[in-house]
Amino acid sequence: MITIEQRAEFRKHFRNNIQSRLVTDRIIKGIVFGCVALAIIPLGSILLEVIRNGAPVLSIDFLTQPPGAVGSDQPGGIGPAIQGTLLLIGMSSLVGVPIGVLGGIFLSEYGNNRFGHAIRFFNDVLAEFPTIVIGLFAFVVIVLTLGYFSIIAGMFALSIIMLPIITRTTEESLKLVPVTYREAGYALGIKRWTVIFRILLTSAKSGLITGIMLSVARIGGETAPLIFTILGSSDFFTGFDQPMDALPLRIWRLSLLPYDTATAQGWGAALILILIVLSLNIGMRYLFLRKRGGGGRFRITTGG
Amino acid sequence: METLTKTPISYKSAEEPRYKLIAENIVATYNGIEAVKNVSMKFRERAVTALIGPSGCGKTTFLRCLNRMHELSKGAKVVGKVLLDGQDLYSSREDAIIHRRKIGMVFQKPNPFPTMSIYDNVAAGLKLNGVRDKKIIDQIVQGCLEMVYLWDEVKHDLKKPGMSLSGGQQQRLCIARALAIQPEVLLMDEPASALDPIATQKIEEMINELKKEYTIIIVTHNMQQAVRISDYTGFMYLGDLVEFGETKQIFENPRNEITAKYVQGQFG
Repeated sequence: MITIEQRAEFRKHFRNNIQSRLVTDRIIKGIVFGCVALAIIPLGSILLEVIRNGAPVLSIDFLTQPPGAVGSDQPGGIGPAIQGTLLLIGMSSLVGVPIGVLGGIFLSEYGNNRFGHAIRFFNDVLAEFPTIVIGLFAFVVIVLTLGYFSIIAGMFALSIIMLPIITRTTEESLKLVPVTYREAGYALGIKRWTVIFRILLTSAKSGLITGIMLSVARIGGETAPLIFTILGSSDFFTGFDQPMDALPLRIWRLSLLPYDTATAQGWGAALILILIVLSLNIGMRYLFLRKRGGGGRFRITTGG
Repeated sequence: METLTKTPISYKSAEEPRYKLIAENIVATYNGIEAVKNVSMKFRERAVTALIGPSGCGKTTFLRCLNRMHELSKGAKVVGKVLLDGQDLYSSREDAIIHRRKIGMVFQKPNPFPTMSIYDNVAAGLKLNGVRDKKIIDQIVQGCLEMVYLWDEVKHDLKKPGMSLSGGQQQRLCIARALAIQPEVLLMDEPASALDPIATQKIEEMINELKKEYTIIIVTHNMQQAVRISDYTGFMYLGDLVEFGETKQIFENPRNEITAKYVQGQFG
């Protein structure tokens, strides 16, 4: 037991260091805000540059017409590329999201063993793969087997790129759900898959959406794997077995052309790509996360 | 409310009482909803004041206003003054940091720092306050752990993580951590709800001992506990301070009808 006399003795050892602590506090805060500003400067300047160069070429024709003849008076538009990017994002998500989420559930809920550790390891390795290698893989497996470039091959490559990102973020956000929620569910006699789908996934919703949107943004901008798979085209969608265009591919092609109109169109296509990814992101958050209280509508956080 | 009393009613008010902590017109809101409606209270030095009331009456929120914890919650706002030795905690952000040093807090759920050992948990506040002498830190850690009756149980395992302890032990560790910085005021939010009867009794003995020097404010659901340990009791209901007086008077001779019903166990 500490007596009053002892306590008085102890208090003598306390230093009145509040001023120095406040100074440290301010310095750290300054560094934090400074770093945020440093991170925002490139982001902001890229965005400004894209808007400045891309906005002038935007028109209904630009968004809906197929590309015109190179160097001619009719530059055409990027209609097929927009269609292709939307199709690719949709199709790849159709394959990549369910498998990725279920894989994440496996790792988090059933993967606490050797098999799980192995899968987790290889999943991480896959996430670090150069995407051009994945494109080559899709080329060998799909394009060479079927004998033609197609949007199916593109979907194959992009969903492989999506998978590890979604799996990892799903696993991490499920792990953040307190064990007590699981216990509460099991104690009510709820079956395991019901606990997973009704309690865990809904609690981890915010992290899940973030992971999915990260992967969508990632594949939306992928160019290398598309060169080996969908090849590129000047026509609108004609079939799943046909070559297709996509925005990053079109941007790349346009930027290689020695014409000012083509370069300007490339900027316009880049702006459209950014807008598509941004609106998908905001739309998803609005759809799935708007019911949260406390201004959580557009929360950009993982875990729930 | 008509019977709202700002100072505890005392039968023997011969000498001028000293108030360590004075809360004036505290209004606390969550996302615009008032959880505490204009509560003023004066807390005597070297006394235990208990806050009682049914769940959701705002007593915990009020307690959290006393060291500016409430405003850290999302969507939370506080209006009013809290004077510690006459100085307002709410006058600037720096004041909050300076004064929290003098106000210890124990939370309802044990929350030891998960990455720290038992020893480091207790010593955390000391190192932050510039105590460098290892011998003194050792003495304070041992003394505080003795005060919460945890020393004998953990003296050979001081390097083990704080989270390895049982729930009740963790709570006592958290009380020791709050005591280590030698605060002058101790805020306790149902500190005994995770404790077994023996540990509860020991904590109550400790509170009795600390009272010789500290100003203690304790939120409790347990009315017997309030009777056993407190000198003054405030009864809160729906965000209002309904009645505030000597514990004996509140429980034996309440002036307010709602207070009477509550202390007789007719609702709550």
